[in-house]
Amino acid sequence: MSASRRTFLKVSAAAGGAFMLRATLPGAARAEASAEPLTAFVRIAPDGVVTILSKNPEVGQGIRTMLPMVIAEELDVAWSQVRIEQAPLDEAKFGRQYAGGSQATPMNYDPLRRVGAAGRQMLVTAAAATWMVPAAECRTESGVVYHDKTGRKLGYGALASKASKLPVPNLSGVTLKDPKTFKIIGQPIHGVENPKIVTGQKLFGIDTVVPGMLHAVFQKCPVFGGKVVSANVDAIKKLPGIHDAFIVRGQRGPDQQSLADGVAILAKSWWIANRVREKLDIVWDEGPTAAQSTKGFAEQAVALSQAAPASWLRRDGDAPGALKDAAHVVEAAYSYPFLSHIDLEPQNCTAHFQNGKVELWAPTQNPGPGQKLVAATLGIPESDVTVNMTRIGGGFGRRLRNDFMAEAAAISKQAGVPVKLLWNRADDMRHDFYRPAGFHFLKGGLDDKGSLVALSDHFVTFGQGSKLADAALMEVTEFPAALVPNLAFGQSVMELGVPTGPLRAPRSNALAFVFQSFIDELAHQGGRDPVEFRLAILGEPKVLPGGNGRGFDTGRMSGVLRKVAEVSDWANRGSLPARTAKGVAFYFSHLGYFAEVVQTTVSAKGEIKLDHVWVVGDVGSQIINPSGAENQVQGAALDGLGAALGQGITIERGRVIEANFDTVRPLRTDQVPPVEVHFLTTDHPPTGLGEPALPPVIPALCNAIFAATGKRIRGLPIDTDLLKV
Amino acid sequence: MAYTIKINGVNRTVEVDGDMPLLWVLRDELDMKGSKFGCGAGLCGACTVHVDGVAVRGCQTPISSVGNAAVSTIEGMAADPVGRRLQEAWLALDVPQCGYCQAGQIMSATALLRQTPHPNDADIDAAMTGNVCRCCSYTRIRAAIKMAAGAGAKS
Ligand code: FES
Ligand code: FES
Repeated sequence: MSASRRTFLKVSAAAGGAFMLRATLPGAARAEASAEPLTAFVRIAPDGVVTILSKNPEVGQGIRTMLPMVIAEELDVAWSQVRIEQAPLDEAKFGRQYAGGSQATPMNYDPLRRVGAAGRQMLVTAAAATWMVPAAECRTESGVVYHDKTGRKLGYGALASKASKLPVPNLSGVTLKDPKTFKIIGQPIHGVENPKIVTGQKLFGIDTVVPGMLHAVFQKCPVFGGKVVSANVDAIKKLPGIHDAFIVRGQRGPDQQSLADGVAILAKSWWIANRVREKLDIVWDEGPTAAQSTKGFAEQAVALSQAAPASWLRRDGDAPGALKDAAHVVEAAYSYPFLSHIDLEPQNCTAHFQNGKVELWAPTQNPGPGQKLVAATLGIPESDVTVNMTRIGGGFGRRLRNDFMAEAAAISKQAGVPVKLLWNRADDMRHDFYRPAGFHFLKGGLDDKGSLVALSDHFVTFGQGSKLADAALMEVTEFPAALVPNLAFGQSVMELGVPTGPLRAPRSNALAFVFQSFIDELAHQGGRDPVEFRLAILGEPKVLPGGNGRGFDTGRMSGVLRKVAEVSDWANRGSLPARTAKGVAFYFSHLGYFAEVVQTTVSAKGEIKLDHVWVVGDVGSQIINPSGAENQVQGAALDGLGAALGQGITIERGRVIEANFDTVRPLRTDQVPPVEVHFLTTDHPPTGLGEPALPPVIPALCNAIFAATGKRIRGLPIDTDLLKV
Repeated sequence: MAYTIKINGVNRTVEVDGDMPLLWVLRDELDMKGSKFGCGAGLCGACTVHVDGVAVRGCQTPISSVGNAAVSTIEGMAADPVGRRLQEAWLALDVPQCGYCQAGQIMSATALLRQTPHPNDADIDAAMTGNVCRCCSYTRIRAAIKMAAGAGAKS
């Protein structure tokens, strides 16, 4: 196709969080095309069908539906006119394209409204010029421009060609709709790919087919970072159905993300390649971390806790002195395990290397860094790496790391054919970037009225010297910092060979458990109602440091906490039967304010039945897609409960023991309680929903278990043996 | 060796080892990608298909065991009255999150409704507990099964 005239809108994050627009108008003559590219995000066909590109990867957070909703609203088209396509990876054109950190809403809501409004303004200008009337006399509705005075109207399809020749208006100057008039934003719009999902059409990375491709498995060292000394690849190659087998030399350094050493096996069917692995005979150099273990870490953490922390994160007032003088002191040691992401679609990637260039089909949450990693792995320029984003069968942060892309690319290059690499479940569970384990040694002091006067935590985490392992950090703003006069957060660090990384609501998914459980212990110790005790700590509404510079608004947190007490009938919890109880917790993460109550019944055998969950969230002024929002929030709360009840990764001899869903147990439908979701709308910019509902549900459950049984859960996953009568 | 099996009413012949699981015959030999691989061990249900109307795990079903039985997959559910009602309920309630488990969920639900047209919660637990939804869309899955069962009652 000859170079057609394109109007590119560039929206990118500038320093200080402002957004800039650059419109690029290549001067080449325009070729007649059936659908006019109005902007980089929007094409309009003569029949009025509007194609909107969704720029970010879809992991199940509903982004492929939500971002186009925002554009369509301001463009003022009917949702039924809209078709959605996945944008290619082109961060120069679309801005950052990734799925993580519940960032899509705060980063894109305002800019994409402006993209839509700019398109609408161009169409109005085109209509006004056609009719030779002032643009101010024109209005739009559902993809049509009207001039009411003269009773004329023109559909967007008829105007597209003319509009696309106009300059793109300055985004900061476009007029946005009054949210009261929204027709799409705020409506429960269903996932655009649902019809394909329920009929089993090809959508996911694992469904990719490239002509002539072979299926590959890749055996890595069970100890992270281990290297191949030798392997019986010649014998493997001779086995029936096997096309090729070879050692891949890795480049893995301390970053733990680049290509690992391993052995690739290629066959016409993945099952054949995978089956042959049991015949592999590999001698590994397991490297320096082959003696590490979960048990060893726990012992080391206890030993470290006996001494002063290696460093202080924060010291307010005089915590040791205040603890000495306190009327009541509570001491507790909390810990949580490594966790795997257990995406249901195992890691996979299809790669075709030819003539020095590579094309990939990758279920990645983070395609930009994936492109860079592949370029570095193969030693080719980034411009020679093409990344196609497929739908993703679950991310939860795992697919922010692109190790599978480097593997597929390297294997395709070495084999000289297109290759679909697919990990089996054991690969996936044993070669993750785990939610780091952690250990907290806490002390809290109450005065004689049961008010919190002092709190200290010695946090034992992982890292090397002052550099912490990925996602192993605790912020100095961690609650209840700045709300207790005497507070000390100290930290000590253990060395780790296990790769770590973000898991849905990173850090918060662990720290909420620790601090919201310990706060509960203190409330009970002081004879205070756990809701009232928390409200007292939050105090008068104020904005404290936190939230990545956007602040932690204690008033918003008190608001959701009061609301959850109301909807869960907290005040009447005393009337519940024996061994049935409610627990409460709140947490602020990813700019979202969530308070949750869990009701549980614990049998005499220690079995935990989840009776009901109440969730109240405050994510600002607008829920963009209420259907997707409810699904995300219910999913996040249940995800947290599943992790607390049945998930933990054990390290022995430097390697992961668990390999499948029998020992790392996802939540199943017979365990699922009703999850009631309420949103408080407040006058703040909308923020994301993929993560913040998860953290508080775990302590809410553990606090309910305490209320039901008198047993305090201080380690995860929950050991039901502790709860037997 | 050559196996001829009937899938969604059509005879298909493949040349594979007898112990190749039906899941991989479908996905890699016949390019039917609707049935999904999740665990390979009968623990997640992503690979659920029907053999003579019974929900089985495709990853645990060697092709040699299929014989003359009728195999149906998610690709055939639009032509199945019960399967179709379930698909419609799934759409009406906007069930999927990532969507990866949903083909298996619909296959298990279809087998359930054929056996038990008006399942109670315990019936749903028994039929659906083998199907993992990592995104935890369970609340809507249950509601969609009930909706489809209700729709069946009316028609
Ligand atoms: S892939 Fe067959 S049950 Fe999980
Ligand atoms: S929708 Fe993602 S696994 Fe079920």
